[in-house]
Amino acid sequence: MNTLMKMTKSNMNQYKRSALWSYGITIAGFVIVSIMVSAGLISNSLQGQLVPICAYISLAVSLNLVVGISGELSLGHAGFMAIGAFSGVIAATLFQSLPFLWVKLVIAILVGGLFAGVAGVIIGVPVLRLRGDYLAIVTLAFGEIIRNVLNVIYVGLDEKGLQVSTSMDGIHLSEQGSMILNGPMGATGVTKLSTFFAGFLLVMFTLFVVLNLINSKHGRAIMAMRDNRIAAESVGLSATNFKMTAFVTGAILAGMAGALFALNYSTVAPVKFNFNTSIFILVFVVLGGIGNITGSIISAAVLTILPEALRQFSDYRMLTYAIVLIIVMLATNNPQLKALTAAASKQFKAKFSRTRVYKRPQKADEEMGGTK
Amino acid sequence: MIFPTVGVNTLTDYKGHSLLPERDAEQRPVLEIQGLGIDFGGLTAVNDFTITLGPTEISGLIGPNGAGKTTVFNLLTKVYQPTRGTFYLDGKDTAGMNTVQVNQAGIARTFQNIRLFDKMTVEENVKIGLHRDIHYSLGGALFHTPFYRKAEKRAHERALELLDIFDMADFAYAQAGSLPYGAQRRLEILRALATDPKVLLLDEPAAGMNPSETSDLMEAITKIRDTFKICILLIEHDMNLVMGICEGIAVLNFGQIIAKGTPQEIQSNPQVIEAYLGRKKEA
Repeated sequence: MNTLMKMTKSNMNQYKRSALWSYGITIAGFVIVSIMVSAGLISNSLQGQLVPICAYISLAVSLNLVVGISGELSLGHAGFMAIGAFSGVIAATLFQSLPFLWVKLVIAILVGGLFAGVAGVIIGVPVLRLRGDYLAIVTLAFGEIIRNVLNVIYVGLDEKGLQVSTSMDGIHLSEQGSMILNGPMGATGVTKLSTFFAGFLLVMFTLFVVLNLINSKHGRAIMAMRDNRIAAESVGLSATNFKMTAFVTGAILAGMAGALFALNYSTVAPVKFNFNTSIFILVFVVLGGIGNITGSIISAAVLTILPEALRQFSDYRMLTYAIVLIIVMLATNNPQLKALTAAASKQFKAKFSRTRVYKRPQKADEEMGGTK
Repeated sequence: MIFPTVGVNTLTDYKGHSLLPERDAEQRPVLEIQGLGIDFGGLTAVNDFTITLGPTEISGLIGPNGAGKTTVFNLLTKVYQPTRGTFYLDGKDTAGMNTVQVNQAGIARTFQNIRLFDKMTVEENVKIGLHRDIHYSLGGALFHTPFYRKAEKRAHERALELLDIFDMADFAYAQAGSLPYGAQRRLEILRALATDPKVLLLDEPAAGMNPSETSDLMEAITKIRDTFKICILLIEHDMNLVMGICEGIAVLNFGQIIAKGTPQEIQSNPQVIEAYLGRKKEA
């Protein structure tokens, strides 16, 4: 009993500790990459990937909130990203007369988050009544609906204001006017506002929101609902409210990341936000460990860089990418490898900390574990 | 009829259907169950379940396996909606309430097959029970405002107070699923208590415990009743526990109440003996 006590005291701040890891890795990554950029150690193509990496990290962390913490498999995350991206682009164009770049960027990101959040509420109401596979399929459908709706939206801007239509003919611009969204062509002529530093700040904000939420009464309720719905209801927690909190927070953060992502390119088409992208983000979450925020950060960063790093394989690039994914999945699920890492960490702990791992006496096990 | 409901009239009952001990006789009953029943398809699982419980009473629900005891608990917590009858909690009709609302109205329970949040810590399990007692908004949660810190600190202290009931404060940061079986059962009781109930339903609290743990548990249940001034209804097969701490007992067999009364009355009731041991052959 005494040993169990010791172990548990050391686990006191398990959330704070994992939060520190997440923040630490992000800050360290940013500092190292910044130094490498200024030293000219990073290739141009990789430099172009820095903002998308930040966006994908935010997306992976926010999807992890929905999939890992709330336990609902959502396959439509790219939909929220798309809404954030295009509303962000529109906002950035609307406010292009404002003085500072970063003011415009912040406004665009906030607008993107807002619109994605509204979409999250609208979609969450019907979707969160479903469970398991059905929920996954319906979120997939909503993701595709969003993309297809964006395919037929035309937005133009002139001195009279915004014009929105479902066809090119519906928009009559004056001579100074210009198109913002061109249906399937998407947004063209976007002013590039996103910077690596802004991306870093967005990742930090996403982490701050998600980690704080997990370590609060709302987060506990969300996880309780995931672990044992019947027990959670028996202590007076109603399911839909908390699932909604997680889902909408995830949608808002995805929208913000979408805006950041879109404002990094001069052209963004709706086709970029298709089912593949949703799965791409889900792969980050699964590979990094479901419910593991730090894991999501690392896997999103590594898997976004990987296709670039594999450029030398030219035609076989995506094939190699797939093979690497499969190998990593197999390796992390290999029981022998798991046992090996567990033993290593046990050794490490035994050497470097005073806390010992509690081992329940065998006798007590037999006595008490019988009926479970 | 094989099992006439003799309990209702032949045993000494308060106000017809009551298990009320003397202490509670003058007060309004906290739980009045009236003719509660449920059918699963053509099968009547519980029928005409009628008892009244006092606000600080410890009572037991016993009966052979499959008698419908846990079904009664599931009806009282609205896991199942009753086919017939209803029950009043503190004078309030619970018809139409769901599980969440019934808990908020004041009924908390434990489960026969333990349902803890295994991957969370012991303290968090209790804090989840305290959820509605922790006051801060979602904004407070997202930005960890001073309100958040204050409320979380209070919740932490309250959780440790509750854990002290079973001397479990030392395990506050252990994973709930890693606890020994008996400790998990005790933690479930604490989680239910944290919701500040008027009625606490314990489904086989002593299952899997050894005799010394059971006697500790008996003491603790009485202590909980005395400290929190709540009504406790428990299902248990351990007759030492039931006869030791229950002031009133209802016996269920094939979904029917076959006897109600004090432990002494139940022990000498021929129908109870028959339900447990079988009918004696006529000489």
